[in-house]
Amino acid sequence: MTEASRAEVCVLACAEAWRGDGAILASPMGLIPSLGARLAQLTFAPDLLLSDGEAYLLGPDQVVEGWLPYRSVFTMVAAGRRHVMMGASQLDRCGNQNISCIGDWARPRAQLLGVRGAPGNTINHPVSYWVPRHSPRVFVPAVDMVSGVGYDRAARLAPGQARFHELRVVVTNLAVLDFQAPDHAMRLRSVHPGVTVAEVTEATGFPLVIPDQIAVTRRPDAAELALIRDRLDPAGQRDREVPSP
Amino acid sequence: MTVLTPDEVVAELRSGMTIGIGGWGSRRKPMALVRAILRSDLRDLTVVSYAGPDVGLLLAAGRVRTVVTGFASLDSIPLEPHFRQARQNATIRLMELDEGMLQAGLQAAAHRLPFLPIRAGLGSDVLRVNPELRTVRSPYPDGEDLVAMPALRLDAALVHLGRADARGNAQYLGPDPYFDDLFCLAADRAFVSCEEIVPTAGLLAAGPPQSLLVNRAMVHGVAHTPRGAHFTSCVPDYPRDEAFQAEYVAAAASPQAWAEFTGRYLSGDEAGYQEAVRGFHDEHAGAPA
Repeated sequence: MTEASRAEVCVLACAEAWRGDGAILASPMGLIPSLGARLAQLTFAPDLLLSDGEAYLLGPDQVVEGWLPYRSVFTMVAAGRRHVMMGASQLDRCGNQNISCIGDWARPRAQLLGVRGAPGNTINHPVSYWVPRHSPRVFVPAVDMVSGVGYDRAARLAPGQARFHELRVVVTNLAVLDFQAPDHAMRLRSVHPGVTVAEVTEATGFPLVIPDQIAVTRRPDAAELALIRDRLDPAGQRDREVPSP
Repeated sequence: MTVLTPDEVVAELRSGMTIGIGGWGSRRKPMALVRAILRSDLRDLTVVSYAGPDVGLLLAAGRVRTVVTGFASLDSIPLEPHFRQARQNATIRLMELDEGMLQAGLQAAAHRLPFLPIRAGLGSDVLRVNPELRTVRSPYPDGEDLVAMPALRLDAALVHLGRADARGNAQYLGPDPYFDDLFCLAADRAFVSCEEIVPTAGLLAAGPPQSLLVNRAMVHGVAHTPRGAHFTSCVPDYPRDEAFQAEYVAAAASPQAWAEFTGRYLSGDEAGYQEAVRGFHDEHAGAPA
């Protein structure tokens, strides 16, 4: 079996975001996070619940095990039984995320999706992010429209208001980042195999917290690779979203 | 309760009204009723919607003053092109809300409450761009401050379901009810379009009792609009027309292309629209997807 591609490392890194979550709704946005969530469900996180993107919950064998229309998703959000991995058009050092628009909100240079469920997700349950192209355009000093709430905004709320706020990890095509620094600033957790710390810091538009010891992101093992390649994505869409260097 | 034509439904609406539109993104939208609005002289509408091409078409035709939504998307194509243009040219007002806040606003309206508390929005810029939004303090020992999402009271609601009877009982046959019942109850008057009008006894023959989402106490008019959600999905009757949706997006790229699109598809009545769509597919039959 050939060595894991960059995309396959990313799939596993996304999967790892849900490790230990138990029986909660995993909501991946985008191809690589979706492959990751299914890989987690098939291996080390069999209790995860996964939606088909419409209104059904699918078990590991893709058998329908539940019904989850949007109204029930909103209830799961408010109940906190969910961990979402969203995309981010912009992300800052404190984890504020923007998917709404670029530029001045009153007359944006580029209108994007809108805030969608990001405000409610971030204030109610664990949230992670996926960034397929790690660059200073995404990792900015300040986002234009705070859709997902970051740690500085959460800290400014009244005591208790942000008690369900928790940002877990940011997985990119270069690295895994988290917020486990003293002031919840974004920290480099691991670089993907073949990536240098300098590459990550140069692609980030603000100073990252760089610990003394930086791990290399785990490569998928043979069983995980076989699942990704033969079962989850036999057409190889992952390598088109994240090309290997 | 009467069975109305789409044009008769629209004749019940007035310029300046707040209109709620059911469905979600590019799924089960009352597009035949939206197309009927395009044939009318309605303008200055406030549209409350989990927005898709319903909002896009109304924006393109200059009928909207304010959009109330959390997103505008075509699902398989992430961004709604006319919404992008309207925002980037600042030709509309936007009340941008978290998706759950929109639901809470409809729920408050349906329950005739001034607001409902919700955690969503706290700490986000939704409160910055909507300075009229307030928080409310729990009167209980927790003393928690929450967003007081104001009722989104609608003058009228437009929804599209699979089946209805002539009295206004309506049924969804797909996997998701979306928020159509809530839109109806949040509105002073609600209008249902449907794929098929069946005898009341035919409803339970088509699906289980919980598929009877909307009852006649919520509804003020029914319209029979076969393929009336086109080009959005109305499963199981039909999926989204992806080829035509792509055509819609391509046409939005330039004023000339959009003029051709409206000339070909939106200049006649609903039957003319459906005929023109058949023509589109005849032309593209056998073409690579």
